[in-house]
Amino acid sequence: MTKKKIDIKKTLPKVLMIVLVALYLSYLQADPMSHSYAITIIERSCIYSVAAVSLNLIIGFTGQFSLGTAGFMCIGAYITGIVTIDPAMKSQIFYLYGIQPWLENIKLPLLAALLVSGLICAAIAFLIGWPVLRLKSDYLAIATLGFSEIIRALFGWDGLGTVTNASYGVSNIPSFSSLYECVIICVLCIIIMALLINSSYGRAFKAVRDDDVAAEAMGINLFKTKQLSFVISSAFAGIAGGLLAVFMRSAVTSTFTVALTYNILLMVILGGIGSISGSILGAFLVTGSQEWLRFLDREYTFGSLFPMLSNTSIGGFNVPFLRNGFRMVIFSILLMVVVLFWNHGITGSKEITFDRIAGFTKKLIKHKEGNAHE
Amino acid sequence: MLEVKNLKINYGGIEAVRNVSFTVPNAKIVTLVGANGAGKSSILRSIIGLVKAADGSIHLDKRELIGLKTDEIVKHNITLVPEGRHVFPDQTVLENLKIGAYLRHDSLTEDLERVYRLFPRLKERSWQAAGTLSGGEQQMLAVGRALMASPEIIMMDEPSLGLAPIVVKEIFEIIKKINKQGTTVLLVEQNANMALRIADYGYVIENGEVTVHGTGEELLKNENVRKAYLGM
Repeated sequence: MTKKKIDIKKTLPKVLMIVLVALYLSYLQADPMSHSYAITIIERSCIYSVAAVSLNLIIGFTGQFSLGTAGFMCIGAYITGIVTIDPAMKSQIFYLYGIQPWLENIKLPLLAALLVSGLICAAIAFLIGWPVLRLKSDYLAIATLGFSEIIRALFGWDGLGTVTNASYGVSNIPSFSSLYECVIICVLCIIIMALLINSSYGRAFKAVRDDDVAAEAMGINLFKTKQLSFVISSAFAGIAGGLLAVFMRSAVTSTFTVALTYNILLMVILGGIGSISGSILGAFLVTGSQEWLRFLDREYTFGSLFPMLSNTSIGGFNVPFLRNGFRMVIFSILLMVVVLFWNHGITGSKEITFDRIAGFTKKLIKHKEGNAHE
Repeated sequence: MLEVKNLKINYGGIEAVRNVSFTVPNAKIVTLVGANGAGKSSILRSIIGLVKAADGSIHLDKRELIGLKTDEIVKHNITLVPEGRHVFPDQTVLENLKIGAYLRHDSLTEDLERVYRLFPRLKERSWQAAGTLSGGEQQMLAVGRALMASPEIIMMDEPSLGLAPIVVKEIFEIIKKINKQGTTVLLVEQNANMALRIADYGYVIENGEVTVHGTGEELLKNENVRKAYLGM
């Protein structure tokens, strides 16, 4: 009854990869205490992937340089936090300002909370987009950046203390029930955005990005298309913010500074503007490498490796440069190298597909064989 | 039928189009010829709503188009092949064609086949990025993309611009073919010789005004037109 014949050669690696990832996750999940470090990195990377893909949707696919991500993440984080905290805890958390009575007894499951965050962010983006999206390039970036900072200041304001707990932020947010919950929600978000990008709306986004004159002549309403992209991108930024709050078990305004937007922008650019898989790769690389490079932050004394030398003149030699903060120096140098050699990001605007990986390995093998013959 | 009456277009206080009237009957080829800066492109752009007309009226089958937005005008089955082709360079040929049908929600297979029949080379290159095509192929893609909206009227702005003479000939053959299949064509050209040869009717535009009009043959024989535009 199947209409399409399933090509085993093509589907097998995909299935295999999903199985492998699932196996690895279940291996980690089997003993979350001893694998907490790996779980932390994976969860953080997944959440940043959602944020990066959402930013890529507006910057990379629609060509609108919006930098409001941190602001929408902030809104999403606070909403998710406030509605998922156990009502019994709320009066303790809001001990200084007291909590608005209508918020006190709200308790939503995580999925519903994220959905509410996304919808509210979408509504706010719709209102903000009305004036802001008429601006172009740099001006749009400055306006959205300003919006992001206003949100941060607003949420830390005493006057809103009964809702946001002002500068104390919201804490004691219940965490993910398991690693799966976080990963599955992130994967779902990315799939939804990927489907949108591959639909006729996605084609309109790219048309507006590439050539607005031609796009308009094709009957694409420029403003509505930009607005749609901005609203959806902001909704998923809000969801990513909500996930981040759950991950950190708290939502504080100091998390959502401009630096967060830049960090996500870095993932997008590093991975490749206009590539979904690139953004995911960027999110994992940036999050991961900041952890892997941690050994550079530790002072290291040469003699400690050879105890018998520690009393001689050679022992006690401090390896130069290794000290707190050196990690970021190396990280920045690595970034410069990547941008110099791959100035369109690691993937460019193309997607990483199994066909391309297969083609690449085939080329490598052929190249090696060729060398062997010589 | 497209009827333009007393059209006036201003750009920052300068009158680009002064008082232009013409009609495009169904299933005909009508051409606007004239020198650079005569206002031909502005006329097309105002018909499709990309430029605001200062005065006058544009009627498509008795419906006023002035005041409508471009996406609403395109819904009335009129499309523009913009000057300079404007294909989407990073997207494939097929994606470009699909964008042309953005406002349609029915099946595209029939029109896609029609475009591929008209331009077999586009079918061969359907998976190639449009930016990698030659100039002539990009022009064919731009025309194909406009046809994907299955328009009743297709407007073309300088389709021969920057193309080799042999390619220009090919493009004009295709324009004739498209017209024979029942699509009305409004053609703007500097290449008056080629345009008047395939046109049923032509208007010569100078400094934002129609100076001469007549059938394609009449204009080809007209002494002034020959001197000014055909270099004879």
